[in-house]
Amino acid sequence: MGATQHEVWNISEILPPEERDDLDPWWDRFPWWAVMLGAVIVLFGYYTFFVESYNNAWRFIKPGIKVTVVVTLWAFLFSMIIGLIAGFGRVSRNPLLRNLSRTYVEFIRGVPTLPLLFFIAFVIVPTVAPWFGLTNKNISKEWRGIAGLALVYGGYIAEVIRGGIQSVEHGQMEAGRSLGLSYGSTMRSVILPQAIRNVLPPLANDFIAMLKDSSLLSLLAINEITQLSKLYVNVSFQPRETYVVLTFTYIVMVLALSLVLHRFERWMSRDRAGAR
Amino acid sequence: MSIISMSGVHKWFSTTVHALRGIDLEVATGEVVVIIGPSGSGKSTVLRCMNMLERPTTGTVTFDGMTLTDKGVDIDHARTEMGMVFQSFNLFPHLTVGQNVMLAQRKVRGRSKDEARNMAGQQLARVGIPEKIDAYPRQLSGGQQQRVAIARSLAMEPKMMLFDEPTSALDPEMIKEVLDVMLHLVTEGMTMVVVTHEMGFARAAADRVIFMDEGMIVEQGDPDELFDSPRNDRTKDFFDKIL
Repeated sequence: MGATQHEVWNISEILPPEERDDLDPWWDRFPWWAVMLGAVIVLFGYYTFFVESYNNAWRFIKPGIKVTVVVTLWAFLFSMIIGLIAGFGRVSRNPLLRNLSRTYVEFIRGVPTLPLLFFIAFVIVPTVAPWFGLTNKNISKEWRGIAGLALVYGGYIAEVIRGGIQSVEHGQMEAGRSLGLSYGSTMRSVILPQAIRNVLPPLANDFIAMLKDSSLLSLLAINEITQLSKLYVNVSFQPRETYVVLTFTYIVMVLALSLVLHRFERWMSRDRAGAR
Repeated sequence: MSIISMSGVHKWFSTTVHALRGIDLEVATGEVVVIIGPSGSGKSTVLRCMNMLERPTTGTVTFDGMTLTDKGVDIDHARTEMGMVFQSFNLFPHLTVGQNVMLAQRKVRGRSKDEARNMAGQQLARVGIPEKIDAYPRQLSGGQQQRVAIARSLAMEPKMMLFDEPTSALDPEMIKEVLDVMLHLVTEGMTMVVVTHEMGFARAAADRVIFMDEGMIVEQGDPDELFDSPRNDRTKDFFDKIL
Protein backbone atom coordinates (compact mmCIF):
# COMPACT_ATOMS: atom_id res chain seq x y z
CA MET A 1 0.00 0.00 0.00
CA GLY A 2 1.01 3.58 -0.33
CA ALA A 3 3.48 4.88 -2.86
CA THR A 4 6.48 2.97 -1.56
CA GLN A 5 8.54 1.34 -4.26
CA HIS A 6 10.01 -2.08 -3.74
CA GLU A 7 13.60 -1.65 -2.71
CA VAL A 8 16.12 -4.02 -4.14
CA TRP A 9 18.64 -5.19 -1.62
CA ASN A 10 20.94 -6.85 -4.05
CA ILE A 11 24.47 -5.87 -3.17
CA SER A 12 25.63 -6.15 -6.76
CA GLU A 13 23.39 -3.28 -7.78
CA ILE A 14 24.72 -0.67 -5.37
CA LEU A 15 28.41 -1.34 -5.95
CA PRO A 16 30.49 0.19 -8.78
CA PRO A 17 30.99 -2.22 -11.73
CA GLU A 18 34.57 -3.23 -10.94
CA GLU A 19 33.74 -4.32 -7.37
CA ARG A 20 30.52 -5.88 -8.50
CA ASP A 21 32.40 -8.18 -10.84
CA ASP A 22 34.35 -9.54 -7.88
CA LEU A 23 31.20 -10.45 -6.00
CA ASP A 24 29.07 -11.47 -8.91
CA PRO A 25 31.27 -12.08 -11.99
CA TRP A 26 29.80 -11.95 -15.49
CA TRP A 27 30.27 -15.67 -16.08
CA ASP A 28 28.05 -16.31 -13.09
CA ARG A 29 25.27 -14.14 -14.50
CA PHE A 30 25.60 -15.18 -18.13
CA PRO A 31 22.67 -17.27 -19.51
CA TRP A 32 24.76 -20.29 -20.45
CA TRP A 33 21.62 -22.37 -20.59
CA ALA A 34 20.34 -20.40 -23.59
CA VAL A 35 23.61 -20.93 -25.44
CA MET A 36 23.59 -24.67 -24.75
CA LEU A 37 19.93 -25.06 -25.64
CA GLY A 38 20.55 -23.11 -28.84
CA ALA A 39 23.51 -25.34 -29.67
CA VAL A 40 21.42 -28.49 -29.23
CA ILE A 41 18.67 -27.09 -31.44
CA VAL A 42 21.11 -26.01 -34.14
CA LEU A 43 22.76 -29.44 -34.06
CA PHE A 44 19.45 -31.28 -34.35
CA GLY A 45 18.37 -28.85 -37.04
CA TYR A 46 21.53 -29.51 -38.98
CA TYR A 47 20.86 -33.28 -38.93
CA THR A 48 17.20 -32.79 -39.79
CA PHE A 49 17.79 -30.69 -42.87
CA PHE A 50 21.25 -31.64 -44.11
CA VAL A 51 21.78 -35.34 -43.35
CA GLU A 52 19.88 -37.52 -45.79
CA SER A 53 18.62 -40.29 -43.51
CA TYR A 54 17.33 -37.68 -41.05
CA ASN A 55 15.89 -35.57 -43.82
CA ASN A 56 13.93 -38.57 -45.10
CA ALA A 57 12.36 -38.95 -41.67
CA TRP A 58 11.59 -35.20 -41.63
CA ARG A 59 9.83 -35.39 -44.98
CA PHE A 60 7.71 -38.29 -43.72
CA ILE A 61 6.78 -36.51 -40.47
CA LYS A 62 6.22 -33.01 -41.88
CA PRO A 63 2.54 -33.39 -42.93
CA GLY A 64 1.80 -34.28 -39.30
CA ILE A 65 2.77 -30.80 -38.12
CA LYS A 66 -0.41 -29.38 -39.57
CA VAL A 67 -2.44 -32.06 -37.77
CA THR A 68 -0.67 -31.41 -34.46
CA VAL A 69 -1.22 -27.66 -34.78
CA VAL A 70 -4.83 -27.81 -35.94
CA VAL A 71 -5.83 -30.38 -33.31
CA THR A 72 -4.13 -28.34 -30.56
CA LEU A 73 -5.78 -25.09 -31.64
CA TRP A 74 -9.28 -26.56 -31.80
CA ALA A 75 -8.79 -28.39 -28.53
CA PHE A 76 -7.52 -25.24 -26.82
CA LEU A 77 -10.45 -23.20 -28.12
CA PHE A 78 -12.96 -25.72 -26.79
CA SER A 79 -11.12 -26.26 -23.52
CA MET A 80 -11.23 -22.48 -22.95
CA ILE A 81 -14.98 -22.46 -23.47
CA ILE A 82 -15.47 -25.47 -21.20
CA GLY A 83 -12.98 -24.10 -18.67
CA LEU A 84 -14.67 -20.71 -18.52
CA ILE A 85 -18.09 -22.25 -17.98
CA ALA A 86 -16.87 -24.71 -15.35
CA GLY A 87 -14.59 -22.10 -13.73
CA PHE A 88 -17.46 -19.65 -13.29
CA GLY A 89 -19.55 -22.58 -12.10
CA ARG A 90 -16.98 -23.28 -9.39
CA VAL A 91 -17.40 -19.77 -7.90
CA SER A 92 -21.13 -19.49 -8.64
CA ARG A 93 -23.59 -18.74 -5.87
CA ASN A 94 -25.86 -21.42 -7.31
CA PRO A 95 -25.14 -24.69 -5.44
CA LEU A 96 -26.22 -26.85 -8.40
CA LEU A 97 -23.76 -25.20 -10.79
CA ARG A 98 -21.07 -25.23 -8.13
CA ASN A 99 -21.44 -28.94 -7.47
CA LEU A 100 -21.73 -29.94 -11.12
CA SER A 101 -18.53 -28.04 -11.91
CA ARG A 102 -16.75 -29.53 -8.93
CA THR A 103 -17.78 -33.05 -9.95
CA TYR A 104 -16.44 -32.51 -13.46
CA VAL A 105 -13.14 -31.04 -12.25
CA GLU A 106 -12.53 -33.73 -9.63
CA PHE A 107 -13.37 -36.48 -12.12
CA ILE A 108 -10.88 -35.13 -14.66
CA ARG A 109 -8.20 -34.71 -12.01
CA GLY A 110 -8.82 -38.19 -10.69
CA VAL A 111 -7.94 -40.07 -13.89
CA PRO A 112 -4.59 -40.11 -15.74
CA THR A 113 -4.68 -38.27 -19.06
CA LEU A 114 -4.18 -41.26 -21.36
CA PRO A 115 -6.97 -43.50 -19.99
CA LEU A 116 -9.16 -40.41 -19.86
CA LEU A 117 -8.55 -39.78 -23.56
CA PHE A 118 -9.59 -43.35 -24.35
CA PHE A 119 -12.62 -43.01 -22.09
CA ILE A 120 -13.76 -39.81 -23.80
CA ALA A 121 -13.07 -41.05 -27.31
CA PHE A 122 -14.71 -44.44 -26.90
CA VAL A 123 -17.27 -43.99 -24.10
CA ILE A 124 -18.31 -40.35 -23.82
CA VAL A 125 -18.38 -39.47 -27.52
CA PRO A 126 -20.44 -42.55 -28.59
CA THR A 127 -22.85 -41.88 -25.70
CA VAL A 128 -23.25 -38.18 -26.36
CA ALA A 129 -23.20 -38.19 -30.18
CA PRO A 130 -26.87 -39.23 -30.62
CA TRP A 131 -27.97 -36.34 -28.37
CA PHE A 132 -26.69 -33.97 -31.05
CA GLY A 133 -28.16 -36.02 -33.89
CA LEU A 134 -24.76 -37.41 -34.88
CA THR A 135 -23.92 -40.99 -35.75
CA ASN A 136 -21.00 -42.31 -33.76
CA LYS A 137 -19.47 -44.01 -36.79
CA ASN A 138 -19.30 -40.71 -38.67
CA ILE A 139 -17.22 -38.95 -36.05
CA SER A 140 -13.59 -38.92 -37.12
CA LYS A 141 -10.83 -39.96 -34.76
CA GLU A 142 -9.45 -36.43 -35.02
CA TRP A 143 -12.61 -34.98 -33.52
CA ARG A 144 -12.60 -37.67 -30.83
CA GLY A 145 -9.06 -36.63 -29.98
CA ILE A 146 -9.99 -32.95 -29.93
CA ALA A 147 -12.97 -33.73 -27.67
CA GLY A 148 -10.65 -35.70 -25.40
CA LEU A 149 -8.01 -33.00 -25.03
CA ALA A 150 -10.66 -30.28 -24.71
CA LEU A 151 -12.48 -32.07 -21.88
CA VAL A 152 -9.27 -32.95 -20.05
CA TYR A 153 -7.81 -29.46 -20.26
CA GLY A 154 -11.23 -27.86 -19.69
CA GLY A 155 -11.01 -29.30 -16.19
CA TYR A 156 -7.56 -27.86 -15.58
CA ILE A 157 -8.47 -24.49 -17.07
CA ALA A 158 -11.59 -24.36 -14.89
CA GLU A 159 -9.29 -24.46 -11.86
CA VAL A 160 -7.10 -21.73 -13.34
CA ILE A 161 -10.16 -19.52 -13.90
CA ARG A 162 -11.43 -20.20 -10.38
CA GLY A 163 -8.02 -19.37 -8.93
CA GLY A 164 -7.86 -16.15 -10.95
CA ILE A 165 -11.24 -14.97 -9.71
CA GLN A 166 -10.54 -15.94 -6.12
CA SER A 167 -7.14 -14.24 -6.20
CA VAL A 168 -8.94 -10.90 -6.41
CA GLU A 169 -9.44 -9.59 -2.88
CA HIS A 170 -12.88 -10.08 -1.40
CA GLY A 171 -13.00 -6.37 -0.56
CA GLN A 172 -13.24 -5.58 -4.27
CA MET A 173 -16.59 -7.32 -4.54
CA GLU A 174 -17.80 -5.61 -1.35
CA ALA A 175 -16.70 -2.21 -2.62
CA GLY A 176 -18.53 -2.74 -5.91
CA ARG A 177 -21.70 -3.99 -4.23
CA SER A 178 -21.71 -1.20 -1.64
CA LEU A 179 -21.76 1.32 -4.51
CA GLY A 180 -24.98 -0.27 -5.74
CA LEU A 181 -23.45 -2.31 -8.58
CA SER A 182 -25.10 -5.70 -9.04
CA TYR A 183 -23.15 -8.95 -8.58
CA GLY A 184 -22.83 -9.43 -12.35
CA SER A 185 -21.84 -5.84 -12.95
CA THR A 186 -19.16 -5.98 -10.25
CA MET A 187 -17.89 -9.25 -11.74
CA ARG A 188 -17.61 -7.73 -15.21
CA SER A 189 -16.21 -4.30 -14.35
CA VAL A 190 -14.16 -4.99 -11.24
CA ILE A 191 -13.29 -8.65 -10.65
CA LEU A 192 -12.71 -10.03 -14.16
CA PRO A 193 -10.36 -7.31 -15.46
CA GLN A 194 -8.12 -8.02 -12.47
CA ALA A 195 -8.53 -11.79 -12.72
CA ILE A 196 -7.56 -11.90 -16.41
CA ARG A 197 -4.06 -10.70 -15.67
CA ASN A 198 -3.57 -13.32 -12.96
CA VAL A 199 -4.86 -16.00 -15.27
CA LEU A 200 -2.72 -15.39 -18.36
CA PRO A 201 0.54 -17.06 -17.23
CA PRO A 202 -1.07 -20.32 -16.06
CA LEU A 203 -3.26 -20.39 -19.18
CA ALA A 204 -0.16 -20.08 -21.33
CA ASN A 205 1.31 -23.02 -19.41
CA ASP A 206 -1.77 -25.10 -20.13
CA PHE A 207 -1.66 -24.17 -23.81
CA ILE A 208 1.94 -25.38 -24.04
CA ALA A 209 1.21 -28.51 -22.00
CA MET A 210 -1.65 -29.24 -24.39
CA LEU A 211 0.58 -28.92 -27.44
CA LYS A 212 2.87 -31.48 -25.84
CA ASP A 213 0.03 -33.76 -24.78
CA SER A 214 -1.34 -33.79 -28.32
CA SER A 215 1.34 -36.46 -28.81
CA LEU A 216 -0.86 -38.82 -26.76
CA LEU A 217 -3.34 -38.72 -29.64
CA SER A 218 -0.94 -40.99 -31.53
CA LEU A 219 -2.53 -43.74 -29.46
CA LEU A 220 -5.86 -42.93 -31.13
CA ALA A 221 -4.04 -43.43 -34.45
CA ILE A 222 -4.37 -39.78 -35.36
CA ASN A 223 -1.69 -38.90 -37.91
CA GLU A 224 0.05 -36.18 -35.94
CA ILE A 225 3.83 -36.06 -35.72
CA THR A 226 4.35 -38.68 -33.01
CA GLN A 227 2.12 -41.18 -34.80
CA LEU A 228 3.87 -40.55 -38.14
CA SER A 229 7.23 -41.01 -36.41
CA LYS A 230 6.16 -44.39 -35.06
CA LEU A 231 4.95 -45.41 -38.51
CA TYR A 232 8.23 -44.29 -40.09
CA VAL A 233 10.28 -46.25 -37.56
CA ASN A 234 8.24 -49.35 -38.43
CA VAL A 235 9.07 -49.08 -42.12
CA SER A 236 12.58 -47.63 -41.98
CA PHE A 237 14.02 -49.28 -38.86
CA GLN A 238 15.71 -45.95 -38.06
CA PRO A 239 14.52 -45.00 -34.58
CA ARG A 240 17.57 -42.82 -33.91
CA GLU A 241 17.07 -40.58 -36.94
CA THR A 242 13.30 -40.45 -36.51
CA TYR A 243 13.23 -39.52 -32.85
CA VAL A 244 15.93 -36.87 -33.17
CA VAL A 245 13.77 -35.23 -35.83
CA LEU A 246 10.61 -35.63 -33.75
CA THR A 247 12.26 -34.11 -30.67
CA PHE A 248 13.62 -31.25 -32.75
CA THR A 249 10.17 -30.56 -34.19
CA TYR A 250 8.54 -30.45 -30.75
CA ILE A 251 11.08 -28.20 -29.10
CA VAL A 252 10.95 -25.69 -31.93
CA MET A 253 7.14 -25.65 -31.82
CA VAL A 254 7.02 -25.31 -28.03
CA LEU A 255 9.63 -22.54 -27.90
CA ALA A 256 7.89 -20.66 -30.72
CA LEU A 257 4.52 -20.94 -28.96
CA SER A 258 5.89 -19.79 -25.61
CA LEU A 259 7.50 -16.80 -27.31
CA VAL A 260 4.20 -15.83 -28.93
CA LEU A 261 2.30 -16.29 -25.67
CA HIS A 262 4.86 -14.25 -23.77
CA ARG A 263 4.46 -11.40 -26.25
CA PHE A 264 0.69 -11.64 -25.98
CA GLU A 265 0.90 -11.48 -22.19
CA ARG A 266 3.03 -8.35 -22.35
CA TRP A 267 0.65 -6.80 -24.85
CA MET A 268 -2.34 -7.55 -22.61
CA SER A 269 -0.74 -5.80 -19.64
CA ARG A 270 0.40 -2.73 -21.60
CA ASP A 271 -0.55 0.78 -20.45
CA ARG A 272 -1.36 -0.47 -17.02
CA ALA A 273 1.69 0.86 -15.29
CA GLY A 274 -0.32 2.00 -12.32
CA ALA A 275 -2.24 -1.18 -11.72
CA ARG A 276 -0.79 -4.16 -9.97
CA MET B 1 -37.20 11.26 11.55
CA SER B 2 -34.96 8.27 11.53
CA ILE B 3 -33.39 7.33 8.21
CA ILE B 4 -32.23 3.89 9.31
CA SER B 5 -33.45 1.68 12.11
CA MET B 6 -32.47 -1.76 13.31
CA SER B 7 -34.60 -3.75 15.65
CA GLY B 8 -33.86 -7.03 17.36
CA VAL B 9 -30.93 -7.75 15.07
CA HIS B 10 -29.00 -10.93 15.83
CA LYS B 11 -26.11 -12.18 13.74
CA TRP B 12 -24.66 -15.66 13.92
CA PHE B 13 -21.55 -16.59 11.98
CA SER B 14 -21.98 -20.31 11.21
CA THR B 15 -23.61 -21.74 14.32
CA THR B 16 -20.87 -20.98 16.78
CA VAL B 17 -20.25 -17.23 16.86
CA HIS B 18 -23.03 -15.03 18.17
CA ALA B 19 -21.68 -11.71 16.85
CA LEU B 20 -24.73 -9.50 17.46
CA ARG B 21 -27.07 -10.19 20.37
CA GLY B 22 -30.13 -8.04 19.85
CA ILE B 23 -29.27 -4.65 18.39
CA ASP B 24 -31.89 -1.88 18.49
CA LEU B 25 -30.65 1.30 16.90
CA GLU B 26 -32.11 4.32 15.16
CA VAL B 27 -30.20 7.03 13.35
CA ALA B 28 -31.92 10.32 12.57
CA THR B 29 -31.42 12.23 9.35
CA GLY B 30 -28.43 14.53 9.77
CA GLU B 31 -27.22 12.70 12.86
CA VAL B 32 -23.60 11.63 13.35
CA VAL B 33 -23.28 8.42 15.33
CA VAL B 34 -19.90 7.03 16.37
CA ILE B 35 -19.65 3.41 17.45
CA ILE B 36 -16.75 2.45 19.71
CA GLY B 37 -15.81 -0.67 21.60
CA PRO B 38 -13.14 -3.36 21.95
CA SER B 39 -12.23 -5.51 18.95
CA GLY B 40 -14.65 -8.35 18.40
CA SER B 41 -17.47 -6.40 20.01
CA GLY B 42 -19.52 -6.40 16.79
CA LYS B 43 -19.09 -2.73 15.77
CA SER B 44 -18.21 -3.49 12.16
CA THR B 45 -20.88 -6.17 11.95
CA VAL B 46 -23.54 -3.63 12.92
CA LEU B 47 -22.34 -1.39 10.12
CA ARG B 48 -22.24 -4.24 7.62
CA CYS B 49 -25.75 -5.28 8.60
CA MET B 50 -26.95 -1.76 7.77
CA ASN B 51 -26.20 -2.20 4.05
CA MET B 52 -26.64 -5.98 4.01
CA LEU B 53 -23.00 -6.85 3.33
CA GLU B 54 -23.89 -9.16 6.19
CA ARG B 55 -27.44 -10.40 6.34
CA PRO B 56 -28.85 -10.36 9.88
CA THR B 57 -29.81 -13.83 11.10
CA THR B 58 -32.95 -12.41 12.71
CA GLY B 59 -34.39 -8.94 13.19
CA THR B 60 -35.26 -6.17 10.77
CA VAL B 61 -33.39 -3.28 9.22
CA THR B 62 -35.31 -0.47 7.54
CA PHE B 63 -33.70 2.30 5.55
CA ASP B 64 -35.41 5.23 3.87
CA GLY B 65 -38.77 3.45 3.86
CA MET B 66 -37.37 0.12 2.58
CA THR B 67 -37.24 -3.00 4.73
CA LEU B 68 -33.80 -4.29 3.76
CA THR B 69 -34.26 -7.61 5.53
CA ASP B 70 -37.22 -8.48 3.27
CA LYS B 71 -36.44 -11.05 0.62
CA GLY B 72 -37.68 -9.10 -2.39
CA VAL B 73 -36.08 -5.73 -1.62
CA ASP B 74 -33.90 -4.08 -4.27
CA ILE B 75 -30.74 -4.03 -2.20
CA ASP B 76 -28.66 -2.54 -5.03
CA HIS B 77 -30.95 0.46 -5.11
CA ALA B 78 -30.77 0.87 -1.33
CA ARG B 79 -26.97 0.73 -1.42
CA THR B 80 -26.74 3.60 -3.90
CA GLU B 81 -28.25 5.79 -1.18
CA MET B 82 -25.87 4.51 1.48
CA GLY B 83 -22.16 5.07 0.84
CA MET B 84 -19.60 2.87 2.57
CA VAL B 85 -15.93 3.51 3.28
CA PHE B 86 -13.73 0.56 4.23
CA GLN B 87 -10.70 0.18 6.43
CA SER B 88 -8.66 -1.14 3.50
CA PHE B 89 -9.93 1.49 0.99
CA ASN B 90 -10.79 -1.15 -1.64
CA LEU B 91 -10.14 1.11 -4.58
CA PHE B 92 -10.21 -0.67 -7.94
CA PRO B 93 -6.49 -0.99 -8.77
CA HIS B 94 -6.97 -1.48 -12.52
CA LEU B 95 -8.83 1.82 -12.89
CA THR B 96 -7.62 5.40 -12.54
CA VAL B 97 -8.87 7.55 -9.68
CA GLY B 98 -11.34 9.23 -12.04
CA GLN B 99 -12.60 5.89 -13.37
CA ASN B 100 -12.97 4.63 -9.79
CA VAL B 101 -15.26 7.56 -9.02
CA MET B 102 -17.11 7.33 -12.33
CA LEU B 103 -17.82 3.58 -12.53
CA ALA B 104 -20.94 3.33 -10.38
CA GLN B 105 -22.22 6.70 -11.53
CA ARG B 106 -22.26 5.43 -15.09
CA LYS B 107 -23.43 1.85 -14.47
CA VAL B 108 -25.95 2.54 -11.73
CA ARG B 109 -26.98 6.17 -12.01
CA GLY B 110 -26.80 6.02 -15.80
CA ARG B 111 -24.94 9.30 -16.07
CA SER B 112 -23.15 10.24 -19.28
CA LYS B 113 -19.37 10.17 -19.37
CA ASP B 114 -19.18 13.97 -19.19
CA GLU B 115 -21.62 14.21 -16.29
CA ALA B 116 -19.79 11.48 -14.40
CA ARG B 117 -16.39 13.01 -14.99
CA ASN B 118 -17.69 16.39 -13.94
CA MET B 119 -19.07 14.91 -10.74
CA ALA B 120 -15.80 13.03 -10.15
CA GLY B 121 -13.89 16.30 -10.44
CA GLN B 122 -16.25 17.99 -7.99
CA GLN B 123 -16.04 15.21 -5.41
CA LEU B 124 -12.26 14.90 -5.70
CA ALA B 125 -12.05 18.65 -5.11
CA ARG B 126 -14.29 18.20 -2.08
CA VAL B 127 -11.79 15.72 -0.58
CA GLY B 128 -8.87 17.95 -1.59
CA ILE B 129 -7.16 15.99 -4.40
CA PRO B 130 -8.66 17.10 -7.74
CA GLU B 131 -5.24 16.88 -9.40
CA LYS B 132 -5.10 13.08 -8.92
CA ILE B 133 -7.98 12.30 -11.27
CA ASP B 134 -5.77 10.50 -13.81
CA ALA B 135 -3.45 8.76 -11.33
CA TYR B 136 -3.70 5.07 -10.47
CA PRO B 137 -4.53 4.16 -6.87
CA ARG B 138 -1.17 2.64 -6.09
CA GLN B 139 0.55 5.90 -7.00
CA LEU B 140 -1.24 7.54 -4.05
CA SER B 141 -0.51 7.53 -0.34
CA GLY B 142 -2.86 5.66 1.98
CA GLY B 143 -4.51 8.87 3.09
CA GLN B 144 -5.07 9.96 -0.49
CA GLN B 145 -6.48 6.55 -1.41
CA GLN B 146 -8.95 6.73 1.44
CA ARG B 147 -10.03 10.20 0.36
CA VAL B 148 -10.62 8.88 -3.16
CA ALA B 149 -12.74 6.10 -1.63
CA ILE B 150 -14.79 8.75 0.16
CA ALA B 151 -15.17 10.73 -3.07
CA ARG B 152 -16.26 7.56 -4.87
CA SER B 153 -19.11 7.10 -2.40
CA LEU B 154 -20.05 10.79 -2.36
CA ALA B 155 -20.33 10.85 -6.16
CA MET B 156 -23.46 8.70 -5.81
CA GLU B 157 -24.97 11.52 -3.71
CA PRO B 158 -25.96 9.15 -0.91
CA LYS B 159 -28.39 10.02 1.85
CA MET B 160 -26.08 8.50 4.43
CA MET B 161 -22.46 7.43 4.81
CA LEU B 162 -21.05 4.43 6.68
CA PHE B 163 -17.40 4.47 7.75
CA ASP B 164 -15.81 1.20 8.85
CA GLU B 165 -12.60 2.10 10.73
CA PRO B 166 -11.55 4.47 7.94
CA THR B 167 -8.22 5.44 9.54
CA SER B 168 -7.12 2.12 11.06
CA ALA B 169 -4.95 1.10 8.10
CA LEU B 170 -3.25 4.49 7.82
CA ASP B 171 0.15 5.67 8.94
CA PRO B 172 -0.21 8.20 11.79
CA GLU B 173 0.70 11.23 9.68
CA MET B 174 -2.13 10.50 7.25
CA ILE B 175 -4.93 10.04 9.75
CA LYS B 176 -5.61 13.74 10.11
CA GLU B 177 -6.20 14.42 6.41
CA VAL B 178 -8.91 11.75 6.32
CA LEU B 179 -10.51 12.88 9.58
CA ASP B 180 -10.54 16.47 8.26
CA VAL B 181 -12.51 15.36 5.21
CA MET B 182 -14.95 13.53 7.49
CA LEU B 183 -15.30 16.56 9.78
CA HIS B 184 -16.03 18.64 6.72
CA LEU B 185 -18.85 16.24 5.81
CA VAL B 186 -20.22 16.59 9.34
CA THR B 187 -20.41 20.37 8.97
CA GLU B 188 -22.27 19.90 5.69
CA GLY B 189 -24.93 17.95 7.57
CA MET B 190 -24.24 14.47 6.18
CA THR B 191 -25.85 11.60 8.09
CA MET B 192 -22.98 9.38 9.21
CA VAL B 193 -22.37 6.19 11.16
CA VAL B 194 -18.69 5.82 11.99
CA VAL B 195 -16.89 2.89 13.56
CA THR B 196 -13.56 4.20 14.79
CA HIS B 197 -10.89 4.14 17.46
CA GLU B 198 -10.31 7.90 17.08
CA MET B 199 -11.75 9.20 20.34
CA GLY B 200 -10.80 12.77 19.41
CA PHE B 201 -12.99 12.54 16.33
CA ALA B 202 -15.84 11.03 18.35
CA ARG B 203 -15.74 13.86 20.85
CA ALA B 204 -15.51 16.58 18.19
CA ALA B 205 -17.99 15.28 15.64
CA ALA B 206 -20.47 12.87 17.18
CA ASP B 207 -24.01 13.75 18.14
CA ARG B 208 -24.12 10.42 19.90
CA VAL B 209 -21.53 7.83 20.88
CA ILE B 210 -22.45 4.17 21.20
CA PHE B 211 -20.29 1.81 23.23
CA MET B 212 -20.57 -1.83 22.21
CA ASP B 213 -19.25 -4.98 23.85
CA GLU B 214 -19.89 -8.67 23.18
CA GLY B 215 -22.42 -7.98 20.46
CA MET B 216 -24.57 -5.64 22.49
CA ILE B 217 -25.02 -1.91 22.88
CA VAL B 218 -23.81 -1.39 26.45
CA GLU B 219 -24.18 2.35 26.76
CA GLN B 220 -24.88 5.35 24.54
CA GLY B 221 -25.22 9.09 24.81
CA ASP B 222 -23.77 12.51 24.31
CA PRO B 223 -20.00 12.18 23.72
CA ASP B 224 -18.86 14.45 26.55
CA GLU B 225 -21.18 12.72 28.99
CA LEU B 226 -20.09 9.24 27.91
CA PHE B 227 -16.38 9.98 27.90
CA ASP B 228 -16.32 11.98 31.14
CA SER B 229 -18.76 10.02 33.27
CA PRO B 230 -19.48 6.55 31.90
CA ARG B 231 -22.04 4.71 33.99
CA ASN B 232 -21.41 1.15 32.96
CA ASP B 233 -18.42 -0.76 34.39
CA ARG B 234 -17.46 -2.23 31.04
CA THR B 235 -17.40 1.24 29.46
CA LYS B 236 -15.24 2.51 32.32
CA ASP B 237 -12.94 -0.46 31.95
CA PHE B 238 -12.60 0.19 28.18
CA PHE B 239 -11.75 3.88 28.69
CA ASP B 240 -9.23 2.98 31.39
CA LYS B 241 -7.42 0.81 28.90
CA ILE B 242 -7.35 3.18 25.94
CA LEU B 243 -7.18 6.71 27.38
